[in-house]
Amino acid sequence: MARITAGVGSSHVPLLGVAVDQGKTRDEYFGPIFAGYDWTKKWEEEEKPDVVILVYNDHASAFDANVIPTFAIGCGERYKPADEGWGPRPVPDVEGHADLAWHIAQCLILDEFDMTIINEMDVDHGLTVPLSMMFGQPEKWPCKVVPLAVNVVTYPVPSGNRCWALGEAIARAAESFPEDLNVQIWGTGGMSHQLQGPRAGLLNREWDNRFLDMLEADNDDVRHIPHIEYLRETGSEGIEMVMWLIMRGALGKKVKRLHRHYHIPCSNTAIGHIVLEPLSE
Amino acid sequence: MNIHEYLEEFEDIPGTRVYTAVRARKGYHLNQFAMSLMKAENRKRWKAGERAYLDEWPLTEDQKLAVLARDYNRMLELGGNIYFLSKIFSTDGIPFAEACSTMTDMTFPEYRQMMLDGGRSPDGNRSIKGGY
Repeated sequence: MARITAGVGSSHVPLLGVAVDQGKTRDEYFGPIFAGYDWTKKWEEEEKPDVVILVYNDHASAFDANVIPTFAIGCGERYKPADEGWGPRPVPDVEGHADLAWHIAQCLILDEFDMTIINEMDVDHGLTVPLSMMFGQPEKWPCKVVPLAVNVVTYPVPSGNRCWALGEAIARAAESFPEDLNVQIWGTGGMSHQLQGPRAGLLNREWDNRFLDMLEADNDDVRHIPHIEYLRETGSEGIEMVMWLIMRGALGKKVKRLHRHYHIPCSNTAIGHIVLEPLSE
Repeated sequence: MNIHEYLEEFEDIPGTRVYTAVRARKGYHLNQFAMSLMKAENRKRWKAGERAYLDEWPLTEDQKLAVLARDYNRMLELGGNIYFLSKIFSTDGIPFAEACSTMTDMTFPEYRQMMLDGGRSPDGNRSIKGGY
């Protein structure tokens, strides 16, 4: 069986990718952000996951305004970094795990999560920045990736409750995969940020940290936060945090926090990062 | 939850336009135009003549003028979504934070300083009706 051995939450701010690509990760501005990922980089080297199920949102890169899947799973063999308007990031192509991805897709549909299947797409900073944060700058990414894209742009986006339940269903699906695989699930995006309108620049350290506390808790209260609360408290783009709930839902009732990091600001955004391990009941 | 109540709450957030179906419909072509700038050959044609490039798209005159003026608040009002619109300022070579600052009442240096100081406080910025 495939085992989900850990969950990682992380922001995926595009500027972090720029910092990596331009060698600025230890300067005065970016140093404190990247220092909070040093522990995780070392831990990932020891953990050596075979596959990461990477939950992220596409920022008008692979999907345009035409087709808007609520939950989409990448079942292809390979994905190229997207050109987001300034040329593609100079990072390796992302290798998929088509067998596991198709297995999960089929299980999810039988489990009444009607997934959109993607065979070919380019992946933007939402997916490649977390890889850079956790793995640095290798010639080839050290694991395969199953991209799971969530609509958090056009409302209504999925509820936190639905995201949590999807995570639970992903865990069930992984368990029935015949091959023994070490699988991590990452939830990315957030934390508080607003990129539009006169309220742009809103950050909420207190709320974000309460959210991180709730992820660590032995209960599922966090799944019931309504959209309006994310919008009021964490800015219009803070809603990306519902994607962390897919990760958390996949880990089961109890978790152990291995690492946590929070920093303000990175560009317009509050950076949050957490590493959780599932605990058996 | 009833969809009407769900959507109505979004209008109570100060200085924010939540990207609802109404906005997505209104801004469909505006967003698709912005999306087209992801291709290098389109960026080249756009830079060679913005107005001519815009005229290839079924945008309203208001939308075209807002794009030419780089008036991002106006583009949001006319159905633009910031992730799509980001292709315009990326093509201009303008960082996200600078583009955001143009939507506020601050200059870019003032906005940057606000972010370094911890960002805009949610206090007083959560609800128009409630004033909290």
